[in-house]
Amino acid sequence: MNNTITLIIDGEEIQAPQDATVQQVLESINKAAPIICAHEATTSEGICRQCVVEVEGWRVLAPACVTKVSTGMVIFTNSERVNRSRRTILEMLNASVDLSEAPELQAQMDEFGADRERFPHAKTREQDVKDDNPFFVRDYEKCLLCWRCVQACGDDIQYTYSISVGGRGFDSKISTFFDSPMPETTCVFCGNCVAVCPTNALKSKTEHFMELGLDYDEIRQEKRAEKKKMGKA
Amino acid sequence: MALSPYFACKMGGRPSEARGRGAERLNRKKVVVRRKFTMIKSQKSVRSTCPYCGVGCQIDLQIKDEKIFRVDAPFGVAPNFGRLCTKGRFGTDYVHHPSRLKNPLIRKDIGTKPRKAIGMDGFREATWDEALDLAAEKIAEIVQKNGGDAMGTFCSAKATNEDNYIFQKFVRGVIGTNNVDHCARLCHAASVAGLQIAIGSSAMSNSIAEMKDLDVFIVVGSNTSETHPVISTFLREAVVKNGAKLIVVDPREIEMTQFATSWLRQKPGTDVVVFQAMAQVIIEEKLYDEAFIRERVEGFDNYAASIQESTPEWAEEISGTPADEIRAAARLYAKAEKAAIYWGMGISQSVHGTDNALSLANLALLSGNLGKEGTGLNPLRGQNNVQGCSDSGGLPAVFPGYQSVTDPEIKAKFELDWGVPLNPEAGLTTMEMVDAAEKGAITGYYVMGENPMMSEPDLRHARHVMEELDFVLVQDIFMNETGEYADIILPASSFAEKDGTFTNSDRRVQLIREAVPAPGNARDDWKIISDLAQRVEKKLGREKSAGFVFDSPSAIWDEMARLTPEFQGITHARIVKEDGVHWPCPTPDHPGTPFLFADTFPSGKGKLTPLNYRPSQELPDDEYPLLLSTGRVLYHWHGGTMTRRSKLDDIYPDPTVEVHPKDARPLNIHAGNWIKVRSRRGEIRVKVLITKRSRPGMVFIPMHFAEAAANELTLDARDPQAKIPDYKVAAVILEKA
Repeated sequence: MNNTITLIIDGEEIQAPQDATVQQVLESINKAAPIICAHEATTSEGICRQCVVEVEGWRVLAPACVTKVSTGMVIFTNSERVNRSRRTILEMLNASVDLSEAPELQAQMDEFGADRERFPHAKTREQDVKDDNPFFVRDYEKCLLCWRCVQACGDDIQYTYSISVGGRGFDSKISTFFDSPMPETTCVFCGNCVAVCPTNALKSKTEHFMELGLDYDEIRQEKRAEKKKMGKA
Repeated sequence: MALSPYFACKMGGRPSEARGRGAERLNRKKVVVRRKFTMIKSQKSVRSTCPYCGVGCQIDLQIKDEKIFRVDAPFGVAPNFGRLCTKGRFGTDYVHHPSRLKNPLIRKDIGTKPRKAIGMDGFREATWDEALDLAAEKIAEIVQKNGGDAMGTFCSAKATNEDNYIFQKFVRGVIGTNNVDHCARLCHAASVAGLQIAIGSSAMSNSIAEMKDLDVFIVVGSNTSETHPVISTFLREAVVKNGAKLIVVDPREIEMTQFATSWLRQKPGTDVVVFQAMAQVIIEEKLYDEAFIRERVEGFDNYAASIQESTPEWAEEISGTPADEIRAAARLYAKAEKAAIYWGMGISQSVHGTDNALSLANLALLSGNLGKEGTGLNPLRGQNNVQGCSDSGGLPAVFPGYQSVTDPEIKAKFELDWGVPLNPEAGLTTMEMVDAAEKGAITGYYVMGENPMMSEPDLRHARHVMEELDFVLVQDIFMNETGEYADIILPASSFAEKDGTFTNSDRRVQLIREAVPAPGNARDDWKIISDLAQRVEKKLGREKSAGFVFDSPSAIWDEMARLTPEFQGITHARIVKEDGVHWPCPTPDHPGTPFLFADTFPSGKGKLTPLNYRPSQELPDDEYPLLLSTGRVLYHWHGGTMTRRSKLDDIYPDPTVEVHPKDARPLNIHAGNWIKVRSRRGEIRVKVLITKRSRPGMVFIPMHFAEAAANELTLDARDPQAKIPDYKVAAVILEKA
């Protein structure tokens, strides 16, 4: 078969399709790299760098989700360098972002032995919960800018383009145009962004209110109060 | 998940639980415990099918303490592949609304005529035994006095296939009439009639999964991004990612026009003209598929001769669509490798709905865009189970699987299986039942999960008819405008509270499963009907029952499949394994049929039908200067029974009218004003939305609001073949309230 190439992963010789990414090959041999920003419904962009692997002869670590395989590649998925990188990424994220509702990332931190208090004086992304529509709340101190919601809103699912990244550097945040409330944007409240959020920064409002201890009928009262506030009693 | 130390700490655990180096640091750091609450854990996740539109999205209901607190969608599963719209994702909270019907209700002044619409306080609660016995007695009385044909029955495009099968079995086998119909009459009847003439089948010919691979597609009379939002995302994906060309034919500037290569903006009611002209271009420029026409189409010469005069210039004059754009669109469509047509209510809800559908079928037949993967004719179905309700025999002229009730052989098959004699005459359609009731030929209604007092055209007339009936039995999950006229109301369970199957727009049979208990004493529809049927049989003194003892919906499905060749390969167990199966599926090892007509059409050869343009019945004049079109908005659903009781109502709480600024200015009305909209039939009070979505001279009113029902204004003019009313063209005047 012309379309197959051979590469070595952790000392093992592997046959793989020519146009596959490293992550696809790793998945096929049950060694999938850990992920943060990648999702089956969105396009991988190599943003979080959590899926990096070490390729012999390469200066930098390669993100498995976007790196294509090539003949003769020698890949290490579990080297000291790889694990340190993954650990550090988790430690840095955890220092400023509230990952308490991201069970998968908590599990990764345990797996890679991340020190949750390695950067105790880091600036945090602490901020108020944004509650501007009847369907979901946005708690951006849990947001690690994985970009999935923006992709879901844009070219990967909904083609509505109501959110994107605003600001620079540490102040980067997921935002709407002019930071307007959601009902004033092109948002159609499909909630596909909520579905792909890895940290619960986006959360259905029912869930949010139930967590606050309100029961289902109180949520309805909450709704009525909200309606009144909006002048539509 | 093992609780991690930091996590434990945040949740109120002790810092000493943290390990190693971190523990020491933790003590130094000021730990901000922000959360006073904990993440909700789902107690169970139940795979089901969305109860809103005909896309049939697969959803996972997340349940805590018998309440749905979140709706997820599985990413790897057809037809939606994890995508949902706002209704499916956030709109299922109506299930837990306090106003759900919990006990059978009996009208306090039962027997007085004319009946008046009454609220809940006009009814008293009753036990199931009392309510069912009384209902059975009333139905038996009508059957004995006036014959079975004096009952008019409405089954439900929101109920499961199993519920509808049992319903029509009760109506045909016990009451002894074929007067059973449902709201499909008011939506896609014209598409059905047109496609039956052209190719002999009426279902969507492609599957939703094929959409991404299209080259060219026409979307007409469908505000897809609001009425079938998930389908619209696949269409947009085809445009944005795969470079497909989209032709939108719509008088309103709907969202899909933003993705369109070509937007033909016709005047409402002139669709036939545009498509005739496109066909004329295809024939004149010899863009048609000769081989396809030779092998699979008849009537070409006749048809070609009939449309010689239908030039794009002629079309421009009538429809206002530039001739050049019509030519370009025709070339684009005819030359495409894979082209499909998607349409909605704009095509079928018209006095010439059948002609509209035929004009589309003509285009597909001419260009050979039919019977290959990704090509075809696709009426987008509105209700979650409108396909299934028709499939399961919820129509006056056919048994399940579209087997004619007038065919003696088929009738004999059903008589043998059910063990009862059946009525050989086709029954009445929805609108004919209203007419028959007016004449006194029908004296009783049985309405399951429909709201004709909201969805019928010319509501004032429909109400008048309702007032004079002897008996009205309603079975629903909420009190609604029809329930207000009922003698007895039977509380049913919602989609989240029962098992069964829905069939979506692309003929995929999918499961719903019980996720939460029904409120109060509400029961599953099939259980109510079975119980009622047996009581009616007893009252009528029937010796032999038609068979209403089932232990589960799965057993009901098996009986229907036994009698319906196209379903024979499908069982509930198979759907569990495969997530969904596309019918026709005649044998257990048949894979199902995602796209239709690969080799032949059900009618043999496809027929090209010459058409004549007829103007709409009521057009604007001096007295009523504006053209009214009705339709839907993203956040609401049909009569609003469900969405007005969910958080969707928070974002779109008021009835609106879309007015063009040019029409608004002379009347001095502004956005947010409440105004009166009046037609020859009635008037409603609505809030003004100033927008350029429609052309000047046209207003648009969504149909969802009971307090301002758009159908107070619409006229009861019908398509002669499909009997579908025209909801899209009426003349109105705006007045300051």
